[in-house]
Amino acid sequence: MAVKAQARIVKLPKSELLVPAKSKHHLAPTFDFQYAPAPEAVDFVKIEARQQLFIDGKFVAPKSGKYFPSINPAKAEQIAEIAEANAADVDLAVTAARRAYDKTWSKLSGKERGKYLFRIARIMQERSRELAVVETLDGGKPIKESRDVDIPLAAAHFFYYAGWADKLDYAFPGRSVSSIGVAGQVIPWNFPLMMAAWKIAPALATGNTVVLKPAETTSLTALILADICRQAELPDGVVNIITGAGATGAALVGHNGLDKIAFTGSTDVGKRIAMAAASTGKKVTLELGGKSAHIVFEDAALDQAVEGVINGIFFNQGHVCCAGSRLLLEESIAPVFVQKLKRRMKQLRVGDPLDKNTDIGAINSAEQLGRIRELVAAGKKEGGDFFETSGSLPSKGYYHRPCFFDGVTSSSLVSRVEIFGPVLAISTFRTPEEAIQKANDTTYGLAAGVWSEKGSKIHKTAAGLKAGVVWANTYNKFDPASPFGGYFESGWGREGGRHGLLPYLEVQGP
Amino acid sequence: MLVRVPKTIKLYINGAFPRTESGRSFGVNASDGALYANLCDATRKDLRACVDAARAAFEGWAHRSAYNRGQILYRMAEMASSRTLEIEECLREVMGLSETAARAEALAAVDAFVYFAGFTDKYQQLIGSVNPVSGPHHNFTTAEPVGVVGFLPDAGMSYSGFVAHLAAILSSGNSVIAVMPGKLGPMLAPLAEVLATSDLPNGVVNLLTESKNELFKQLATHMEIQSLCVGDPALFAEARKLGIENMKRVAAPRKEPNQLAAILDFVEYKTVWHPIGV
Repeated sequence: MAVKAQARIVKLPKSELLVPAKSKHHLAPTFDFQYAPAPEAVDFVKIEARQQLFIDGKFVAPKSGKYFPSINPAKAEQIAEIAEANAADVDLAVTAARRAYDKTWSKLSGKERGKYLFRIARIMQERSRELAVVETLDGGKPIKESRDVDIPLAAAHFFYYAGWADKLDYAFPGRSVSSIGVAGQVIPWNFPLMMAAWKIAPALATGNTVVLKPAETTSLTALILADICRQAELPDGVVNIITGAGATGAALVGHNGLDKIAFTGSTDVGKRIAMAAASTGKKVTLELGGKSAHIVFEDAALDQAVEGVINGIFFNQGHVCCAGSRLLLEESIAPVFVQKLKRRMKQLRVGDPLDKNTDIGAINSAEQLGRIRELVAAGKKEGGDFFETSGSLPSKGYYHRPCFFDGVTSSSLVSRVEIFGPVLAISTFRTPEEAIQKANDTTYGLAAGVWSEKGSKIHKTAAGLKAGVVWANTYNKFDPASPFGGYFESGWGREGGRHGLLPYLEVQGP
Repeated sequence: MLVRVPKTIKLYINGAFPRTESGRSFGVNASDGALYANLCDATRKDLRACVDAARAAFEGWAHRSAYNRGQILYRMAEMASSRTLEIEECLREVMGLSETAARAEALAAVDAFVYFAGFTDKYQQLIGSVNPVSGPHHNFTTAEPVGVVGFLPDAGMSYSGFVAHLAAILSSGNSVIAVMPGKLGPMLAPLAEVLATSDLPNGVVNLLTESKNELFKQLATHMEIQSLCVGDPALFAEARKLGIENMKRVAAPRKEPNQLAAILDFVEYKTVWHPIGV
């Protein structure tokens, strides 16, 4: 078999060879694009220097009296001070949510609940430019992503679930459904507004009230969303936003007044939350980590597959739980594919996230940059063929060049550990069976990708992959109508689509 | 006068009927207080053999066609039906059921096999979907079996309830390791014979008996087991905690098991995207 596979190795056409065959790592482009700066305007955005908690329909100072800085990672500069909620603040928020649930929200008809959600969706669309700019300022993601992906999807999520609010009787035929109560929701920093929408929209549509805690490095768009709820005249206490770091999150998920916990974040924290909730009656859904495999067969449309792989691992600086961080190449095309990948990576523009031409923005925080560097250093020690793009990075701020480790094994660190950065691990396979086996050789099961022009092979592979989302001949696509969530240690439950209603409903009857 | 010779009931692992590797056994009395049978007191090594068997059998069973799984479950109904006399006798003697109640139980178990035999190729249509995403993509969600399921009913579960949950878990393509407690223990003998004569691939169902509750912790912590069905409410929270290392899905048995939900407690949802274009 090995000999046969060797014999089939595809040669890269001469026209595509951009470097002399002698030079192994340095691909000098034959042309040199110079992009003029194209910065997004920020002057119309006003960010309050001191951000408060949103409890019971009002922005209030924290009982803790404490504030912490929020840093723009693109420049390593403070952009605002964020209130730090302590246990007393959490208690106020949960109490407000309970009161709103008992007095107003659970008594409102689905039709009326839906209208509030439609209103929120509309206002999000109207304020989309502001939201996109703040998302990029606060989190470091390229403006083209916050503008074209995060904000539109967040609004679409509200729009989608708004329509469910008065149609829940159709969702699970023959069974009756009811709301659960008060949900405590903790979300990560990689898609701040979108994650808030994924949490709040289905919870409200199904008649629950929420207390949401955004990640400490990205609180700002969640607080604009709070303002949007106020603008939409959402009844007080239905949505409460409390800010803070891990301690605030722990106080929230540990609060006895919750009926439901929804968490998106790391598997370690998710396990701790599940452990704490195990002996309580709280329902728990978790969207956790991943180490998703991206399989490219020799009969794939290679140039499209290169784009898919690039999007899979470098979208949002690789800060994506479902990032295609393990590339599995069929042996016969591996050399050509890696060449093409290098060439495409050289064209990625790393830099100012506010520039409309930027492909890869800033790493979300100094801490995360440190973690990525540590893992890359450890990966280099373990071996593998390391490649990163060259070119200058901004002098201030947190940046990491897109890179990969070629020729690594399934057991290597970079193949096993979720790096949450622009770091790809590449290995090869010889048969479809081996591809599936290697793809499934992980404790996670969030997503996977497969590239082939042969339909039957796509379906067979998709059926064999143990992952909640399989992208075939595409990657990193999201939609409010499409359920998202993982197998195994990638979590419990689905968000999006009809299945995304289940975590927020009691379902009775046969 | 008939001399009653207590049976020795063996375990059911990987399609075979081994004794426990420990050589331990314990007696179970009939409802009149006399010894009814000796059961194997299974150990963690026996459980390990079950996990190996269930793991190895899972992919094959999961990828059988839904029609074929339905055929095999229906065969179980046929086999259970032809053994109703033996099953009724066991139910009367061990559980002290009246003739009418024993008959009803035996028939309810047959009905449960029939019910889920007819569900293997339908539950996907009820819970799956084609999702209208806004881009040019075909997007669909299907349900798949979760993997190896550990089934720990409470000692009070009825025979027909046990069979219904077993059939529900099997119907989607899971493999099962069940520990049969208390008065359910002796039912292992006729049930295993039903399973062994129904073309069910070896290892898809593995049945154990034990006397000292030694297997619970091992089942709940085992990394090759993906899901648990735990009957005893006192053990439920503990099972959730012990299962966290590999994020086990932990469910409780249903009061009325003959329903779609009993299948859906043990499935995962997979969503597949593919572009539409030329």
